[in-house]
Amino acid sequence: MSVTTIPAGHYGTADLVRSEWTKLRTVRSTLWTLGMTVFVGLAASGIATGVTRAHWATMPAGNRAAFDPIEVSLTGAYLGGTLLLGILGILVMSSEYATGTIRATLATAPRRPMVLAAKVLVLGVAALVVAEFTAFASFLLGQEFLTSPARSDTLSSPGALRAVTGIGLYLCVVGLLALGIAVLVRHTAGAISVYVGLILVLPIMAGALPGSLQHQVLRLLPVEIGETLINNPGPGAFAPWTGLVIMCGYAVLALAAGAVFLVRRDA
Amino acid sequence: MAGPPVPTLSAMTFIEAQHLTKRYGEKVAVDDLSFTVRPGIVTGFLGPNGSGKSTTMRMIMGLDYPTGGRVTVNGKQYHDLDWPLREIGALLEAKAIHPGRSARAHLRMLAEANRIPPRRVGEVLELVGLASVAGQRAGKFSLGMAQRLGMAAALLGDPGVLICDEPVNGLDPDGIRWVRNLLKGLAAEGRTVFVSSHLMSEMALTADEVVVIGRGRFLAQQPVAELTARSAARFVRVRSPQLDRLRAAPDEHGAETDLEDGALTVRGMDREAIGDLAASLPVTLHELAAETASLEEAFMELTEQSIEYQGADR
Repeated sequence: MSVTTIPAGHYGTADLVRSEWTKLRTVRSTLWTLGMTVFVGLAASGIATGVTRAHWATMPAGNRAAFDPIEVSLTGAYLGGTLLLGILGILVMSSEYATGTIRATLATAPRRPMVLAAKVLVLGVAALVVAEFTAFASFLLGQEFLTSPARSDTLSSPGALRAVTGIGLYLCVVGLLALGIAVLVRHTAGAISVYVGLILVLPIMAGALPGSLQHQVLRLLPVEIGETLINNPGPGAFAPWTGLVIMCGYAVLALAAGAVFLVRRDA
Repeated sequence: MAGPPVPTLSAMTFIEAQHLTKRYGEKVAVDDLSFTVRPGIVTGFLGPNGSGKSTTMRMIMGLDYPTGGRVTVNGKQYHDLDWPLREIGALLEAKAIHPGRSARAHLRMLAEANRIPPRRVGEVLELVGLASVAGQRAGKFSLGMAQRLGMAAALLGDPGVLICDEPVNGLDPDGIRWVRNLLKGLAAEGRTVFVSSHLMSEMALTADEVVVIGRGRFLAQQPVAELTARSAARFVRVRSPQLDRLRAAPDEHGAETDLEDGALTVRGMDREAIGDLAASLPVTLHELAAETASLEEAFMELTEQSIEYQGADR
């Protein structure tokens, strides 16, 4: 009866990765989000460094001394990437629940953790490639704009390579954290609310805490870890790579909790 | 009432539910349901809206977990299937497609997950008549087209078992005929076809056998013809210019009569007996018609009992 011969063994992560990659690249919103990440990073870097260069002569000496060519060229990539790759991470999961394709997905692969693993791999690689490209391009573009007498850096300047590679990694991890949140929350709007709350609202609430406690809480928040990675550490911040490891911990926690929920709940 | 153990078929394609139960909190959606769906025929899954058909189908597909009992496909629980799409295809909700994805991309991502060769995508698109719109975004599809795409997805892995939840809902007459013929054709190829509907008239035309449920409970599993024949609503309609002379006669034979719209309805006697009776009187007959109950009536009778039973339970 069968038109095709049935392969030996059973479906595996490689099959699901291929399927997830097709899903990612055959929907416009995904490609649009990835493209916007690059665009926002480059545009923000170009504008910020261009404006700085134009006003360099009239800038107060204190501002000139505090000026950091690394931070200025990466802020746009960092903020834009946090928002856009976070939304991408959410959509990868929540759009399946919104459209009902999750049931088709889980019917092809009832071993649900394998489905989540495939999503993590595909989203992780796509986000990492785009984020690293954005970080490097934004940095290099920004330094091009910062002509003399404005100060500029190169990739071999102290901390530059660490900042550029580090923020790329951070953006990839933040996308995976968002994916974990979406597995738990399922609804697009709900997941975005939780994610934005984590990124934007928690720091504001932490800011209301008294002195030393404030710093102890703030340094654990994604926004502080991200700022540290682009060379703008707050008081009492963790070292850049320590912060990144903490971020990875959050993402692993969210994804592990997501995997448990995905397996236990009806689809 | 658990009923006798359901016989197990082997080396064939089939679906088997054993004491399947699903509770959502206090609400019992599926209640101790046991049945077997055999290959080679279309088996209808009949029940009013909200009777647990969709829940049962989601449990067959491993999407919802049973609270009790189990359901297997070809003897395996869904979770343990090696290549699910190659064993069972399902059309659960037609509109469960990402509106931004093309029909071809939708099928390709499903095919890849179960290592189904890409050429199969083209084949099923051709089969359901969507080849010319394969590159269009599925969000633009009419319900009928979406239903065809859902059917293409179900057939992608050339599975031996096919389940469809209300496949003709919202379709135009052409679409309905298409689904009906497709399902019958697939069953004729030796596949197991399980199709739910709340439309009894549709089941009468499509299904060979029906599993009837009400309030999540098993009510009956039997050939469509048998279900209809069993109905107590069966009667013979008699028209005659001399009805007055005929009217009292069947009573003497233990049958019930009723006068409706100038015709006599007789329950408890068949056409032959009434004809003979009329000839012996003698009475001229203008009409002597056996009315078999429609599947709908038979079904209403069954489900009314289940509702009364449930009501008395409280």
